[in-house]
Amino acid sequence: MSTRLSTGGRLLNKDKQVRFAFNGKQFHGFEGDTLASALLANDQMLVGRSFKYHRPRGIVASGAEEPNALVGLGLGAKFEPNQRATTTELFDGLNCSSQNHWPSLEFDIGAVNNKLARFFPAGFYYKTFMAPRAAWKHVFEPIVRQSAGLGRVPKDRDADRYEHFYAFFDVAVIGGGVAGLQAALAAAEAGAKVLLMEQTAHWGGRAPVDGGTVEGEKVDDFIDATVAKLQAMENVTLRTRMMGAGVYDHGYLTGYERLTDHTPDQDGPRHRLWRIRASQIVTATGAIERPLSFAGNDIPGVMLAGAMRDYIVNYGVSSGDRVVVVTNNDDAYRTAFTLKRHGLEVPVILDARPEGGGKLAELAREQGFRVENGKAISKVKGGKRVTGVAICTQAGEGAVLEEITCDAVAMSGGWSPVVHLWSHCGGKLTWDEAQAHFRPDPNRPPLGAEGQGFVKVAGAANGEFDLGAILKDATEAGLSAVTAAGLKPKSKAEAPAGETLAEANPAAVWLMPQGAGPALRMKAFLDYQNDVKVSDVMLAAQEGYESVEHTKRYTTLGMATDQGKLSNINGLATLAHSLNVDIPQVGTTTFRPPYTPISMGAIAGEARAETFQPLRRTPMHDWHEEQNAFFEPVGHWRRPYCYPRQGESHAEAVSREINQTRAALGLLDASTLGKIIVKGPDAGRFLDMMYTNMMSTLKPGKCRYGLMCNENGFLIDDGVVARIDEDTFLCHTTTGGADRIHGHMEEWLQTEWWDWKVYTANVTEQYAQIAVVGPKAREVLEKLGGMEVSKDGLKFMEWADGELAGIPVRAYRISFSGELSYEIAVPASLGRALWDKLLEAGAEFNVMPYGTEALHVMRAEKGFIMIGDETDGTVIPQDLGLNWAISKKKEDFLGKRAQLRSHMADPNRWKLVGLETLDGAVLPDGAYVPASGNNANGQRNTQGRVTSTYHSPTLGKGIAMALVHNGPDRMGEVLEIPGTDGTIYKARICDPVFYDKDGEKQNV
Amino acid sequence: MLILHCPYCGVDAEETELHAGGEAHLKRFGPGSSDEEFEGYLFHRENPKGVHFERWRHVNGCGKWFHAARCTNTLEVFGTYSAQVFEPPQELQDKISAKRPGWEWRDLKGSDQ
Repeated sequence: MSTRLSTGGRLLNKDKQVRFAFNGKQFHGFEGDTLASALLANDQMLVGRSFKYHRPRGIVASGAEEPNALVGLGLGAKFEPNQRATTTELFDGLNCSSQNHWPSLEFDIGAVNNKLARFFPAGFYYKTFMAPRAAWKHVFEPIVRQSAGLGRVPKDRDADRYEHFYAFFDVAVIGGGVAGLQAALAAAEAGAKVLLMEQTAHWGGRAPVDGGTVEGEKVDDFIDATVAKLQAMENVTLRTRMMGAGVYDHGYLTGYERLTDHTPDQDGPRHRLWRIRASQIVTATGAIERPLSFAGNDIPGVMLAGAMRDYIVNYGVSSGDRVVVVTNNDDAYRTAFTLKRHGLEVPVILDARPEGGGKLAELAREQGFRVENGKAISKVKGGKRVTGVAICTQAGEGAVLEEITCDAVAMSGGWSPVVHLWSHCGGKLTWDEAQAHFRPDPNRPPLGAEGQGFVKVAGAANGEFDLGAILKDATEAGLSAVTAAGLKPKSKAEAPAGETLAEANPAAVWLMPQGAGPALRMKAFLDYQNDVKVSDVMLAAQEGYESVEHTKRYTTLGMATDQGKLSNINGLATLAHSLNVDIPQVGTTTFRPPYTPISMGAIAGEARAETFQPLRRTPMHDWHEEQNAFFEPVGHWRRPYCYPRQGESHAEAVSREINQTRAALGLLDASTLGKIIVKGPDAGRFLDMMYTNMMSTLKPGKCRYGLMCNENGFLIDDGVVARIDEDTFLCHTTTGGADRIHGHMEEWLQTEWWDWKVYTANVTEQYAQIAVVGPKAREVLEKLGGMEVSKDGLKFMEWADGELAGIPVRAYRISFSGELSYEIAVPASLGRALWDKLLEAGAEFNVMPYGTEALHVMRAEKGFIMIGDETDGTVIPQDLGLNWAISKKKEDFLGKRAQLRSHMADPNRWKLVGLETLDGAVLPDGAYVPASGNNANGQRNTQGRVTSTYHSPTLGKGIAMALVHNGPDRMGEVLEIPGTDGTIYKARICDPVFYDKDGEKQNV
Repeated sequence: MLILHCPYCGVDAEETELHAGGEAHLKRFGPGSSDEEFEGYLFHRENPKGVHFERWRHVNGCGKWFHAARCTNTLEVFGTYSAQVFEPPQELQDKISAKRPGWEWRDLKGSDQ
């Protein structure tokens, strides 16, 4: 039984009871409990099922390293899967449920996998891929899909708020244990601006549980005094509940602060992601205890010795009445002492070292504990709960010497420094043979912009476990960080004298007993979360997996939410042993940030909903909204797709807009079109390089349609260029292309032709632009009055400055619809005024504002290409029949050389044609035109694809543009084009210009 | 996240303000060049573990392109300099030689000292 004790519980407020629910059952805990301690206090040792075999899983650890006790926390919009019970602070009304079981935690169908365990060995998934294809599709894939993943994905939108916070420090210290506190104090007293963060709610780390004295006083007093000193200093920022999440290039550090997880009703953001720049970082991140690999080490009730001690001292919770302690080091003896002090029974301490332990072991014998040196656990007995252990010699193969009844096992396989943050940005490790762990190599730290190390390590994270040594190490780390940050220390702190009982070295014990046979190895778990056993890693090695990174992926060792915090060292030691090489030769897998999973909300911060990205609004945007326009995103703009009226479908609205524009008058808000001014004596020469056409010969007052290619020859943008005066051009770009094309121009100007006298300015937002389109376009402009817009006064492809209805305008006579059309540019602030005037004056013609879909259909009816529809980054202008826009006179332009490459000049390239369906149907978007035969991969050959397809209200049928092999030579041929629904469409190849081929409409 | 000094506006800019622009000091080949020359210009790039010269643009800042010399292995930045030069300034090359004796990059060779 695990239960609440009458003693212990230094973090509890026993006056304040807290209610919570687990799997629908109501429980009580105290303020100060974690969810894990409260569950244990209610004898809820079984908390989940393992990933693969659905084995019963109990709480193993007491901190961030917990692999088993993962719960779905909260309900509805507050639900979050995979939350560690050990780091979840209990609050009144907490509601959680266990994961990965069906139908219930106690009785789970998936546990049948456990019985079939020998059919699910290492690399099981990969092996299923090798089976016959049919087996994968019909047998394995459905099983794998059904069982993949631990927690459920939240269904509702996250109800909480999150934020980012930018901060700058000389020294950032991660970890608020004794080492972190002392390092921060040393740095702060020396004058540095210091941040100290602690991931839990409490200062002091393990020290209050492990004990010891500083300057003759209890270590608890030292912690309180140091925190008080730091709090009083202006140059120090202290944060609890904040984890150092990741260390990145050049001293960038992220801190994950959990503000209201423990008080969910409190206002304000739930999490805050600190984006920190620190000259120096000190990681005082402590150490994590390793499990021991013996058969049955995953049965609920087997816990880390340090965790069991934590639950008693911090939360007044016993994990069992009768606990067998098994260890390869001295520290676990402290757990035995703690158990006894709180009235619990320890029938035996099994010390795997033949020579036994040091002073702590001596003390244990003095206190009357039964200590067995050189002994080990052969296997643990029990199913959903430990019932006893079988003892053997560590040196043997597991022959049982004795069986002991117990209801819990405290195991300790030694302590591994938490080197994650040191390693995130390239800090290297060294193998400490005596301590049997990896620790940071001080000579190979992560390097900053100047080539200097920017991370220091202090305390247990540095492999120091003696209190005195920790304080010395931390003082040095704090002081050297100040110097390394480029500051002159104001004072030099002396390390206070700390004292704990000296510990003897641990023994490297990677398998218990060392000669365990296959039957025992198959029950000795390395990774509890992913069900990886000693036998799996040995099998991987046998199958040729020598790299630890490959082994990780093959066996799933150290994957998922805990990323092998408990299993990594044991796993790679097992691999090294199987390969018969030294542990450093195998090395570790890569440590990647974040240290433990952080919420997606914290990563997004404020960037959600309206604030996700800025919305660009044209001067007429409000009007569009008032008309209930249906918007579509184009870059950061929202453009009206159409303006549906009451009871009208979008398709009906688009048809109405087109018909009325072609019949009389339409208006388009074209303000989003890119507008770039290119100015200077070399502007013409520059644009000759930018465009495939000759632009330098354009006369002021005239417009020319131009194509832009990149150096690879591919078409990247198009638009009308107007020459304003001898030195000035205005280049229109596509809506989505304005910033990109401006950047493209600047790149060539700054990095290739920097001696040319040209500058560019992106004035897209400075002007509103309105396309006035249709047979009545001239009439409505004349009605507004103020400038010459007659057939010969402002000819097709000319522009003029003037005035309309008293508003200063620049009118371009250009057409993207095939109709008589003027694009009127005005300063942005006057855009809405001109729009309103045009609506008013156009009322008698039943003026019809139209959206982007009408624009698209009308341009397709005219056979005009659209960047992004007819182009996809692999299309050259020649493919689109645009040879007329490619200058043959110019020696050079961007893309010219590339278009001479053999593949570009290949006559077999697909070319643009029109398609009309025989029955008037609309072809599916992006459909491919199959050809006979198969390619080398056994796939059907293709001979073309549809690039644009619409219903044309003007022609009353489906029209399309397509790129087709030898298309222009195949006019009249009927193609069969399959849709995704099995329909075969028949379409005839035709000229892509469907409407007014001779341009009589626009030329009036 | 890298920090680079923009030689135009003088700001020490974080990577989020910058846009990486690939290898520096490419020589453009246009019409009249051979297939090999053009292929080299368009596609062939250095991929060193160590000293490298790159183009960067201070895109969310002054908008200017500049060059950076840095170590792709340790992320050490040796210096940033004007985009309007055909090779790194000698002073910078010497600085790199002091830190990475004998470095080589394309046709450039640092001194052994």
